[in-house]
Amino acid sequence: MKLRSLVPGALLVLLVVIAALLSYLWTPFDVATLDIRNKFASPGAEHWLGTDHLGRDILSMLMVGARTSIAVALVAVGIGMGVGVPLGLLAAARAHSWLDELIMRGNDLVFAFPALLIAIMITAVFGPGAINAIIAIGIFNIPVFARLTRGAAMSLWNREFILAARVAGKGPLRISLEHLLPNITNLLVVQGTIQFSLGILAEAGLSYVGLGAQPPIPSWGRMLAESQTLISLAPHLALFPGLAIVITVLGLNLLGDGLRDWLDPRLRRER
Amino acid sequence: MLHYLFRRLGSLLATLLVASLVVFLVIEVVPGDPASYMLGMNAQADTVAALRSELGLDQSGPARYLQWISGMLQGDFGQSYTYRTPVADMVADRLWISLPLALYALFLSTVLAFPAGIWAASHRGGVADTTVMGFTQLGIAIPNFWFALLLVMFFAVNLGWFSAGGFAGWESGLFAGLKSLTLPAISLALPQAAILTRVMRSSLLDVLGEDFMRTARAKGLSERQALLRHALRNAMIPVLTIMGLQFSFLIAGAIIIENVFFLPGLGRLIFQSIAQRDLIVVESVVMLLVFAVVMVTFVIDLAYAWVDPRLRQQRR
Repeated sequence: MKLRSLVPGALLVLLVVIAALLSYLWTPFDVATLDIRNKFASPGAEHWLGTDHLGRDILSMLMVGARTSIAVALVAVGIGMGVGVPLGLLAAARAHSWLDELIMRGNDLVFAFPALLIAIMITAVFGPGAINAIIAIGIFNIPVFARLTRGAAMSLWNREFILAARVAGKGPLRISLEHLLPNITNLLVVQGTIQFSLGILAEAGLSYVGLGAQPPIPSWGRMLAESQTLISLAPHLALFPGLAIVITVLGLNLLGDGLRDWLDPRLRRER
Repeated sequence: MLHYLFRRLGSLLATLLVASLVVFLVIEVVPGDPASYMLGMNAQADTVAALRSELGLDQSGPARYLQWISGMLQGDFGQSYTYRTPVADMVADRLWISLPLALYALFLSTVLAFPAGIWAASHRGGVADTTVMGFTQLGIAIPNFWFALLLVMFFAVNLGWFSAGGFAGWESGLFAGLKSLTLPAISLALPQAAILTRVMRSSLLDVLGEDFMRTARAKGLSERQALLRHALRNAMIPVLTIMGLQFSFLIAGAIIIENVFFLPGLGRLIFQSIAQRDLIVVESVVMLLVFAVVMVTFVIDLAYAWVDPRLRQQRR
């Protein structure tokens, strides 16, 4: 019961990560080689998931595409944590000061933009591409982590062990790094998993509308976009990239739920 | 209450002001000059200069910002560089698709999520609960544009019940219009319904443990009566919050979904305008969407403060 969602979630995520890592060493077929004679092959013994309109092997493309998705979402979470957590700690350490107010209002401002809208603006202005997609998604992770960190850190500032640290002469910086940060790591890991899955979805959406990773880098979103015009001809083209996204996102969400229950039983949402 | 209203109004205006500056500055750094883009590669330098002054592009940044903002405040969103028509008119046309689409999706997600959430909560831990929660996990994980493709594949290509895209136009009747919005609305509604179901369920479960629920049962109400008459009403606050937040998700989601179904709404307008370097349109539409999101949040905050006096104190 306890590990109900942790194990399946971890297994799904592991499957995708292994597929992505394996693609560096080996894929069933080379994704850069076109084989027009074998285009639109149905799933079968040779091409397990079939081939696309240029005769490329779908399974190989999905494996390489996993790299793009994971890299974009992972770096975007990294940006969110790298900027958001220090901001949150700072806001909590200087609670109710002008600095705190500035940071929190800045957060509100970013939240006022529908996430996808600003992502589209950024990629449209600075040009489409994986890097700009990462930045666009990363910006939206910043307020999420800043708010979470501030809230959690604020509740810790009044606890006895922090008081003891202050009596011992530690400054706000050392208290934040040595006492607060270790105590909120669990929360950050769980939120990181959730933002990771949102990042995968966002990357897929951006590359679907042509604003994510550019050809020839395979990406799940663009595979779906390319499949759209061929939907009556080869439905399997639209099926597998979508399933890959669902498996990844589902795995990450289950993993997040499971980690939350496992790391912090008090937060358990069994009820 | 009045004090609270003014404070919230102040922060609302500040947010809008800063947001407008951000939008203006971001658009400002877009490479490429709209005037030379409109006239093509072989345009004479003096023709370009004349067009630039006609469009007001030769003025300084701050001057153009003030012009844009004061125009927006008076309902004048500027002239489209590409079509030479007022942006306000273009937006109004598109709004007649985007707004009904968002409301349609919100309606569908509510109609799905409320019964599902209530059902799951009242059968907590049972088969019904597990099934509903399993479906919501799936609903959250499915990208809405992929779901849209599956719907097209099944209902448009295989069954032929709906057209795969495009908009029939309201002039061909309410039914025809709604019909062409149905598949897009379903694909938009699915993830939102999944989230809303979960919120409904957990919010109800919180309330079911309250003392007043025991009282309601003790005075002889059946479980069903107690649930519908007392629990539901008290569980609504978090549910309404999420519904408000979902409005901004629906707007953003519509940008992609409109592209899947080739619906000429605001989302497609933004994309076309970006491709055509029609920056004034991008600027104004983005600002309008931000305004809508901020206003919805504002109204929800006020509604809470009205319902629950405790929230009128310093938030946090």
